[in-house]
Amino acid sequence: MSELTLVQAVHGALQQAMRQDPDVIVLGEDVGVNGGVFRATEGLLKEFGAERVLDTPLSETGIVGSAIGMALYGLKPVAEIQFLDFIYPAFDQIVSELAKMRYRSGGQFPCHVVVRAPYGGGIKGGLYHSQSTEAFFCHTAGLKVIVPSTPADAKGLLLTAIADEDPVIFLEPKRIYRSVTGEVPDGDYRVPFGEARTVREGTDVSLFAYGAMVPPTVEAASALEGEGISAEVIDLRSLVPLDEDAVLASVQRTGRAVVVHEAARFCGFGAELAAVLAEKAFYSLKAPIARVTGYDTPFPYALENVYLPGPERITAAARAAVRAS
Amino acid sequence: MANGATPVSTTAHVASGQADPDVLSDAARLDAYRTMVLVRALDERCISLQRQGRIGFYAPHSGQEAALVGSALALEADDWIFPAYRELAVALTRGASLRAIVDQLFATSGDLCKGRQMPNHFAFRDQHYVSASSPIGTQISRAVGAGMAARYRRSPIVTIAYFGDGATSSNDFHAGLNFAGVFRAPTIFLCQNNAWAISLPRDRQTRSATLAMKAEAYGFPGIVVDGNDLHAVHAAVRHARARAVAGEGPTLIEAQVYRLGPHSTSDDPHRYRSDAQVEAARRNDPVHRLRSELVAAGLLDEAADTHLWEDARAAIAEVVHQVEATPPVDPLSLFEDVFARPTPRLEEERAQCAATQPGAGSGAP
Repeated sequence: MSELTLVQAVHGALQQAMRQDPDVIVLGEDVGVNGGVFRATEGLLKEFGAERVLDTPLSETGIVGSAIGMALYGLKPVAEIQFLDFIYPAFDQIVSELAKMRYRSGGQFPCHVVVRAPYGGGIKGGLYHSQSTEAFFCHTAGLKVIVPSTPADAKGLLLTAIADEDPVIFLEPKRIYRSVTGEVPDGDYRVPFGEARTVREGTDVSLFAYGAMVPPTVEAASALEGEGISAEVIDLRSLVPLDEDAVLASVQRTGRAVVVHEAARFCGFGAELAAVLAEKAFYSLKAPIARVTGYDTPFPYALENVYLPGPERITAAARAAVRAS
Repeated sequence: MANGATPVSTTAHVASGQADPDVLSDAARLDAYRTMVLVRALDERCISLQRQGRIGFYAPHSGQEAALVGSALALEADDWIFPAYRELAVALTRGASLRAIVDQLFATSGDLCKGRQMPNHFAFRDQHYVSASSPIGTQISRAVGAGMAARYRRSPIVTIAYFGDGATSSNDFHAGLNFAGVFRAPTIFLCQNNAWAISLPRDRQTRSATLAMKAEAYGFPGIVVDGNDLHAVHAAVRHARARAVAGEGPTLIEAQVYRLGPHSTSDDPHRYRSDAQVEAARRNDPVHRLRSELVAAGLLDEAADTHLWEDARAAIAEVVHQVEATPPVDPLSLFEDVFARPTPRLEEERAQCAATQPGAGSGAP
C-alpha cells in the first residue's frame, strides 16, 4: 500500500503495465520529455525509452488513428488526449473505427486501445478545458467507458483497461487529480469493470455519482445525516458496462434516487440511469427520480461554480425526494 | 487528364516509363491479366446484380485494375494492407477467394464479416487485409500506426494504405503522412488518383500540381506513376517497399488512373462528366493495355483471351449460384463481436430479440 494522489495512481498503473508487458506503448502530446501536462506520464520516457513513450505531433486523429493501427498489429497502446475537450478531431477514429473494428470485421480484427483523457470542470478551464462529454462515448456501441473517483480505483481500473480486450475510454477527473489522496495497493492491482462501489450505505435515498462528483455527493450525504436522512452513495465507476444490479438493488432498498453528474442534463448519462430505474424499479419508487447535473448551457468560465453541482444542490434534491413521500 | 505518361513530381522520381518490363515474369504477367479480367468481369456482373436488386450496392474497379494488381504483386505475404472500398483486386491477388468476396457482397452467413457491412467493405485476416470503412482517409493514419508497431517489433514488413484523390483532402491524410514522416514509418501511401471524387474533379480537390508533391512537405518522397501501367506501379511499389524495409521511411505514390465506371451503383456520372472524356480515357484502359502487351509478347492470342473471359464469367456465375443458396446470417448474430464478451445489457437485448424477432431463437411467435 502507498498513499497516493489520483494522478500518481494513474502514473503507477501506466508504469506497472509497461514493466510487465513490453507491448504496452504510451503515446500522446507532451507525454514524453514533459511527462504530460498533468504529469501522469512523468519519468516513463526515462524508464522505457522513446520507442515506448511517444511524443506525437499535435493531432488527435493522428494519435488515435495510429494507436488503432498499433493495436491491430498486436501492441497495447495507451493514448493520452490532453483534455477530453480536444478529443473531437479523433472522434471519427474512435466512433467510426475503433468502436466498430471488431464488429464490422466479424471478429477478425479485434482492436484494443485505451484512450485516457482528463475530463470535467472545477479548474477554471472555461469552455475548452472543462467538459464532461462521456455520454457521446456511452452512446456508441463497442466502447467501454470508465470513470474512477479514487486513487485505488484509478490504478485498479486502468490496469484492467490495459489488460482488457476491448476499446476503453478512460476518463480521469482532473479536478480531483491532486485534491484526493488514498491508499493504493502496490503491484498489479485490478478492479473489475461493471461493478459499482458502495461508498456509504443508507436507507432513505440512493445518490448515484461518478468521477469528480463523488466527493460532493459524499459531502451531501454527510449533511443529510445531520438532518436525519440516511443517504446511500453509489460510485458507478464503470458507465459501460453498467452495474445495473447494484443500481436497482439500492433503489429497491431506499425507494428514492438522485443521479448526479456534471455533464449537461439533456441526454446525459443520468437520463439512461433514470430510464433503467423507471423500467425496472418503478414499483419500488416512492418519489420522482431527480437529476442534479450541469445545466444545458455551454460550460462557463466565470460562472463555473453556478454550473457545477455542489453539495447544496445534491442535498436539496435528496431532501425533496424524501419529503415527497 | 490523369492518364498522361509523363507527369513529374517535385520530388523528382518518375517511375512511369522507366519500369523494367522484365521485373514481372511471363507467368506473373499472365496471372495478373487473369486477375484483372476477373475483376472487370465481376464489375460487370455486380452492377447487373445490383440493378436486379440481388445485392445492395457495388463500387466498381474498372480503370484501376493495373494499379491494384501491380501494387499487390509488389508486396510480400507478411505486409499489411489498409484498403478503402475499391480494392478487392488486391485481396484477390493476395489469395482471398472469389467465394469469400461474393459472400461479402451478398452478406450471407458465409461472409467472414457476418453481414455487418455494405458490399466492398472487406476484411480478410489471413491476407492481412484490414477491415475497410466508409469514412474517407481514416485508414491512412491506421496504416502508419501498424507500420510503427511493426518497426517496434523489428518485423521486416511494410504497411500500405490505399486511398483516392479525394482522400488527400481528409484529416487523416495530413495526420497520417505527418506522423509517418516524423516517425519514419515503413508505410507506403498508394493514392489512386482516378480523376474524380464522386463528382469533384481532381483539379478542384487541390491546387497542388500533383498529389505526389504533397509528400515533400512531410519530408519524404512522392512519386507519380502511370497507374494504367502494371509494370510502372509494380516497380514504384517495389522501390518504396525497399526504402521502407531499409529504414528510410515512407513514400507517397500517386498512381494516375481514370475511374471508367460510376463512383458506385448509387452514382450517375452523366451529371458531371462527358461521355467523350470517358471514351478518351478508355484508350488507356489498363486491361486492354496489358492484353496488347501479352499478345505482342506471344503470351496470349485471341482464342486464349476469349477463353479466359469465358472462364472468368463462368467462375463468377458458379460462385454467385452457390452464394445465393447460402443461408442468411442468423438474426441473433447481431449481438456478437460488439465486445469480446457480451455485456449484461447486450445479453438482455439478445434475449428480447430472441423473444420477438421472427426466425430468431425459440421465442419466435
